[in-house]
Amino acid sequence: MGFDVEIFLQQLINPAYLWGALLSLGVAAFSLLIATVIGFAVALGRLSSVPGLRAPAVGYIWFFRAIPALLVLLIMWNALPQIIPALRADWYSPFMAASIGLGLVEAAFMAEIIRSALLSVDDGQSLAGRALGMKPASVMWRIVIPQAVRIALPPTTNEFIGLIKYSSLASVISLRELLTTAQVGVNITFRYAEYYAVAILYYLVIVSVITVIQSRIERRFVWVSSKPGRRAKSTTTVSGGVA
Amino acid sequence: MTTQTDSTAVATLEVRDLHKKYGNTEVLKGVEFSIQRGEVKAVLGPSGSGKSTMLRLMALLEPADQGEILLHGDRIGHGANGRHLPEPQLAVQRREIGMVFQKFNLFPHLTAARNVALALHAVQGVKRPEALERAHEMLGRVGLADRAGHYPSELSGGQQQRVAIARALVLDPLVMLFDEPTSALDPELVGEVLDVMEQLAAQGMTMIVVTHEVRFARRVADQVTLFDSGVIVEQGAPDAFFDNPQHERTKRFLSHVH
Repeated sequence: MGFDVEIFLQQLINPAYLWGALLSLGVAAFSLLIATVIGFAVALGRLSSVPGLRAPAVGYIWFFRAIPALLVLLIMWNALPQIIPALRADWYSPFMAASIGLGLVEAAFMAEIIRSALLSVDDGQSLAGRALGMKPASVMWRIVIPQAVRIALPPTTNEFIGLIKYSSLASVISLRELLTTAQVGVNITFRYAEYYAVAILYYLVIVSVITVIQSRIERRFVWVSSKPGRRAKSTTTVSGGVA
Repeated sequence: MTTQTDSTAVATLEVRDLHKKYGNTEVLKGVEFSIQRGEVKAVLGPSGSGKSTMLRLMALLEPADQGEILLHGDRIGHGANGRHLPEPQLAVQRREIGMVFQKFNLFPHLTAARNVALALHAVQGVKRPEALERAHEMLGRVGLADRAGHYPSELSGGQQQRVAIARALVLDPLVMLFDEPTSALDPELVGEVLDVMEQLAAQGMTMIVVTHEVRFARRVADQVTLFDSGVIVEQGAPDAFFDNPQHERTKRFLSHVH
């Protein structure tokens, strides 16, 4: 049969792949957002000195680290709507079910990333904020989080890339993301090599873009007044602290 | 307004019978200490004698086990029921007290100007442009007008500590607490920080300075206090304290640091 370049190129510009890739990205981004919000709360619970807050946080991490993501997705799509009528509504699409399901699982992992990032910020930082009369939420938001984000960013990007791949699990709940798109095509044409090669190319492009974005963001967390590559503007930045 | 005459006599900051334990170690064993408006008090003592702990308790950064802390005669850190106040209420009371730390604790993600402006904006609600303007002014007062746009990692230890002083000062506190402000500095950078503190004292700031800088204590302080093992051993005017110490412990301490 050989590798038919024509079929490969044809599929490469097939809108179904682009749509599949966008769905994969969308599920990954939405579930990461959910995971970060829940993960932050769980991380705070784990760091709390109050047993009543610590126990549920520990329980959450224990539970969702144990259950396979695939099983969570099946429960989200098949079991929960049977129990909760609200989930039979139109808004509860495979996309929503996949995003929430992966988000719930991912939150257990994000909680640990966020917890270690918060712990990495020197104690003297919140001490200084408190001494200035700042309230706990203000200390957290303006002093601790900006420093913790820098630590959490690389592992969070890893998780995001992982989620893009995990989104292929959502094929079991009939979400036609990137890999499912390839698989469906294969099932009709049996052109395995060409269709899978297109999928590979899409994944490579997605991860490349994310890597570029990551390094862009990381550059913002280099806390010096004259950033490399912007040396020409350094004098204005130094004196222009007001801006 | 009947207390007009009294208010000058009431201590700006005072602690009574202050106790603090860490595990089984008693760090403060009933300390009585007070400072009047405009006074500068230097606190000396060996490491672990409790002097820094007293400062942290005064700044309401840690709860006392026993005793009272009074700001202008009003008890702080406790509610009417005698319990420790929750953190958000402590934060409000702390606004009258400035604190400078041994290790500066500047915020590494903010420029010098933003370090100084942060609490003005976040605590006092000053609009950001005005807060930055006042931050620049304050940095000028500690001789760092040209470093406003630098991040802490780009500043020397002495400059960082001066920014930290400006950061506390810009909130216009009633009293400034210095916790070994020069102990983490290279010897050649100590002078610039002490100079700023001396200026501050000359301008009438009320200051408690925990320090190992005996010469500074002698020159700038109105009163010198020696801590040892969680109690105050001796307290007096610098000349009397250094030239004619009354206690054996003070003599021994001074023989080591001179």
